[in-house]
Amino acid sequence: MLNNKNALVTGASRGIGRAIALELAKQGANVAVNFSGSEDKAESVVEDVKQYGVQSIKIQADVADETDTKAMVKDVVNEFGSLDILVNNAGINRDNLLMRMKEDEFDQVIDTNLKGVYQCIKAVSRQMIKQKGGRIINVSSVVGVSGNAGQANYTAAKAGVIGLTKSVAKEFASRDILVNAVAPGFISSDMTDSLTEEQKNDILSMIPLEKLGQPEDVARVVRFLASDDANYITGQTIHIDGGMVM
Amino acid sequence: MNEVFDKVKDIIVDKLEVEEAQVTMEASFKDDLEADSLDVVELVMELEDEFDMEIADEEAEKINTVGDAVNYINSNQS
Repeated sequence: MLNNKNALVTGASRGIGRAIALELAKQGANVAVNFSGSEDKAESVVEDVKQYGVQSIKIQADVADETDTKAMVKDVVNEFGSLDILVNNAGINRDNLLMRMKEDEFDQVIDTNLKGVYQCIKAVSRQMIKQKGGRIINVSSVVGVSGNAGQANYTAAKAGVIGLTKSVAKEFASRDILVNAVAPGFISSDMTDSLTEEQKNDILSMIPLEKLGQPEDVARVVRFLASDDANYITGQTIHIDGGMVM
Repeated sequence: MNEVFDKVKDIIVDKLEVEEAQVTMEASFKDDLEADSLDVVELVMELEDEFDMEIADEEAEKINTVGDAVNYINSNQS
């Protein structure tokens, strides 16, 4: 499905990013695994990706940093020869009620989750324009659409990603570079594992499908958007949330 | 000077699919050669590769005519 395609997944050392890296590899793509801090985890993702018989490298970079992202894209192109798929997944959260939220907490989340997407798209744009094609998939969140108490910074960034996705989709459409977003809902992760039973039940009561999503549920949609099956889709945000936000 | 112009002309003819005669020093990319903004960005990228130079975004924004491009290359080529 993605044979001979070359992909870069940001924040791919764990969770949804890791699942995306593995899913793309399973379909035949070579995958560059970006990470910021957890080198050991990134290395183990690289090893897992290689199990599918494709190439893989790990690259440390702060996605919000222009120099870092430029160097990262250069590394990928040097290693793989081209860059066909960019998945902007790297994200952090610094949850707090707005009245208690420090400026620093707001800035950090906007920097990584929104500016990081801008930096990475800018860094790959030249390469993709030269290739006359490419796929960019941004990981937003349903709370970017619905809002969520305690996450003003995070939801602002994730809503921003949706707007960014639409504008860039319009700018690059003539060059056959398709830009879409996915908006996961509550996905099983280290974070959801640490919730209390009561918190979990509260969450489940908001989800029509009455269960948490799995990272693979998101990864399969990303794989679809990266494939030729999605040739006529751009500027869209696909919710993967069990019906939580309609 | 002529050599640079000829090279630039070749690239423009190829990229924008225009006739050689249309590519004069005075020709504006957007008004006369029907290039859109992204075409101009691409063209600048091609020129960077061809002449092995980097044109900063601020400089690239000032390139509106074929002459602007030729003059920039002439005065910045090492």
